Amino acid sequence: MNSPSRPQVLGLRTLSVATVLAMALSLALDFFYAPLEAEQGFLQKIFYVHVPLAIVALCGFVLGGLLAIQHLRTRDPRWDMRSYVVIHMSLIFAVGTLITGSIWAKGSWGHWWVWSEPTLVSFLIIFLLYATYQPLRFAIEDPVRQSRYASVFAITAGAFVPLNYVAVNEATAYVHPRVFSSASNLPGSMALTLLVAVVAIALLFATLCSYELTAKRTRAQVRALRRRLEGETRAPRAQRSAVPSLAPVGGVPARAGAGAGATAANVAGATNVAGRPAL
Amino acid sequence: MTLALATSVAELPALPLHTAGKYVAGAYIVLFVLVLVYVAIMALRLTRIQGELGRLLALSEKDEDASTRRELAVERDEHGERESARA
Repeated sequence: MNSPSRPQVLGLRTLSVATVLAMALSLALDFFYAPLEAEQGFLQKIFYVHVPLAIVALCGFVLGGLLAIQHLRTRDPRWDMRSYVVIHMSLIFAVGTLITGSIWAKGSWGHWWVWSEPTLVSFLIIFLLYATYQPLRFAIEDPVRQSRYASVFAITAGAFVPLNYVAVNEATAYVHPRVFSSASNLPGSMALTLLVAVVAIALLFATLCSYELTAKRTRAQVRALRRRLEGETRAPRAQRSAVPSLAPVGGVPARAGAGAGATAANVAGATNVAGRPAL
Repeated sequence: MTLALATSVAELPALPLHTAGKYVAGAYIVLFVLVLVYVAIMALRLTRIQGELGRLLALSEKDEDASTRRELAVERDEHGERESARA
């Protein structure tokens, strides 16, 4: 069995180190460089974690849709896996956004949740929309149909995210602070801190996605190796799962030339998998 | 080095934790816990994969031993046949 290729290991290591450094720098800037905001004071520091989490989560949902388009174009299961992992991770980041937002709302407004605020409610709608992604996948037993339907869902929901953002921006939000709008007077030091925080959280997102993809690919390789050692020529019938399958499904090959040797069979093959988890 | 670090830390402005400290701490702890839970899940998965690889390694070693024994037996049989033909 191939161990992960050297560039892959180096890539993961570099990404991890960059993430740790960026997070440390971001924390240092948050607490010791950025000035206290005049109205909110120390409570405003929550924005350096809440806003980046929201930005990265929403961008992740859109990215999941783009990866799903690539899956539908190539029929390569690896794109489906990437789309799945990115959406899965975005959901986790969205949970973080909702919790940190609620904490800020409690500190600032005295309520954990305000239903009359369009930004909050629209984010919750997006979150609930994507919360149906996994049950949708699980509901479809046939892996080929499952990946196709999930991709269509990811594209449709991914298109909804920017539309929703524009719609909410057009609405008159009277209480939710606009960090990036031209109307807000964000000083240079605060803008820099926020930018570093966004980069740090984006790096964290990329690192976690990369680890997740590597883990899923390794698991597929181990399964393929087990089948080979146990002398099974055909893959056993897969258990129903929401997780995309990288194993050859019913002998359906991926389109030739859709990447370096990209067929469903050699993706699952224990000795042929060498592709990096490109995001 | 340590002294310089301690001096620079001492010169940093004090954080006004008494006002909204618990909320800010709560928000950052949420992020920390999310990452921590994820790392724990990854550690569990890694342990599972490691265990499975160990089982597969043992299986492949058993297979290798069996095939070596088969080859030796075949060689012994061939040698015996040659000897009996010569006799």
